[in-house]
Amino acid sequence: MLDKIIMYLQYPFVRYALIVGVLIALCSSLLGVTLVLKRFSFIGDGLSHVAFGAMAIATVAGLTNKMVIILPVTVISAVLLLRTGQNTRIKGDAAIAMISVGALAFGYLLMNIFSTSSNLSGDVCSTLFGSTSILTLTREEVWLCAVLSAVVVVIFVLFYNKIFAVTFDEDFSRAVGTKAESYNLLIAIVIAVIIVLAMNLVGSLLISALVIFPALSAMRIFNNFKMVTVWSAILSVVCAFVGMMIAILAGTPVGSTIVAADVVAFFACFLAGSIVRGARV
Amino acid sequence: MALITASDVSLGYDNHLIVKKLNFSINAGDYLYIVGENGSGKSTLMKTLLGLLPPISGSISFGDGIKAGDIGYLPQQTIIQKDFPASVREIVISGCQGRCGLRPFYNREEKKLADDNMKRMDIVDLKNRPYRELSGGQQQRVLLARALCATQKLLLLDEPVAGLDPNVSAQMYELIEKLNQEGITVIMISHDISAAIRYASHILHIGEKIYFGTRGDYLESEAGRDFLLRNKSEGDKNYA
Repeated sequence: MLDKIIMYLQYPFVRYALIVGVLIALCSSLLGVTLVLKRFSFIGDGLSHVAFGAMAIATVAGLTNKMVIILPVTVISAVLLLRTGQNTRIKGDAAIAMISVGALAFGYLLMNIFSTSSNLSGDVCSTLFGSTSILTLTREEVWLCAVLSAVVVVIFVLFYNKIFAVTFDEDFSRAVGTKAESYNLLIAIVIAVIIVLAMNLVGSLLISALVIFPALSAMRIFNNFKMVTVWSAILSVVCAFVGMMIAILAGTPVGSTIVAADVVAFFACFLAGSIVRGARV
Repeated sequence: MALITASDVSLGYDNHLIVKKLNFSINAGDYLYIVGENGSGKSTLMKTLLGLLPPISGSISFGDGIKAGDIGYLPQQTIIQKDFPASVREIVISGCQGRCGLRPFYNREEKKLADDNMKRMDIVDLKNRPYRELSGGQQQRVLLARALCATQKLLLLDEPVAGLDPNVSAQMYELIEKLNQEGITVIMISHDISAAIRYASHILHIGEKIYFGTRGDYLESEAGRDFLLRNKSEGDKNYA
């Protein structure tokens, strides 16, 4: 088996895929903690569907660089969704559901009507569930991904204390002069960027797993924000790496294997958490 | 000079007027209770004092070097906080966020301030405990310590004893009274009229009748007597 791994690692596209996968997993887990705690778990899901719709438009328009459309559309949707979520929770919920299924339907409709490829269902399936595209990344795409990930991590570290404060108690933060709206906006933009990046890795239907599972797992075991954040980053990276290795060795689809690894990790943490808590009581 | 002066302030949101023509002033060292029925605009007033909501008309001015950001705020607890994974220390030090401005990390001085305020609230031994596993009274002490990190002078408390049992409430009131005696001005929203009568130096009653004055005068006033009577009969109903 080791021989096989080494053999695969000889190929640059496998190395690229591993680098990109690990970076994406790292970024998505960092903001996952905030999104889960703010009760915005579904935002990742909604946004990924928007990204799918945008991708369909880009494909139909025949653009070679689809990012030009996908990124701005997703960022704008993220800002709008987080804004409605602030007023009333139910409205926010409904808005997410509406936008997400709407975008999904229109995306598929567009791709179907203006089909350019002979294998439509294959195309749609790979956009939804992740594709082999992560194995066909170019050097430039890897660099883009690495740079964006670095930016996300730096932003997160610099604003860690503020993000904690705004997540825990927005009213208090605003009362002491923190610009909570600006931080919400920042979080929305960053999460949109992450989702667009992650679409290549796990496909648009599975992205929210990447965002919420590591955070939820870490929350089973740890009781303070710093440890939850650190542990969810570690967990996410490990799961992504293991998932990709299994996918390469066993020939399973990359996206769903990574998510499966996250689910297994969640149950492990759930059990560990119950045992630790049981012992304490 | 008064710490806070409100002149002809009307409050509300979305063009919906809740409170009309409010006049009051708070001096350093006062202990003001804001009382009134549900929906009378107590929380709206609190938000306006904090600068989160502009008044519809009138003005609120701050004296004695107080800025809107210098107020220590104790909000009501939210659902999000019930299972939030955070240690006591993480929460208390987040009270220093206003001091940091854009500086990303807390400095030594702010860490010391957090430690001092935990000592003041007698929660040092809970420092590394998870917030979500504390009792209601302990949680309120943590949030009070956080509010104290934000201010030296003025505390705004929104129903600080809501949901606490009578013993714990009494301890909380004593703690707040102690802070007031140390020279911190306290403004509190409350349903608990008996506590208001016991602890307040001034009472602001908002609702159909607006009243502002010292505790003694309030008890003599029409608004005060009405409110007391109604609360008393409601209290009796609850026991019956």
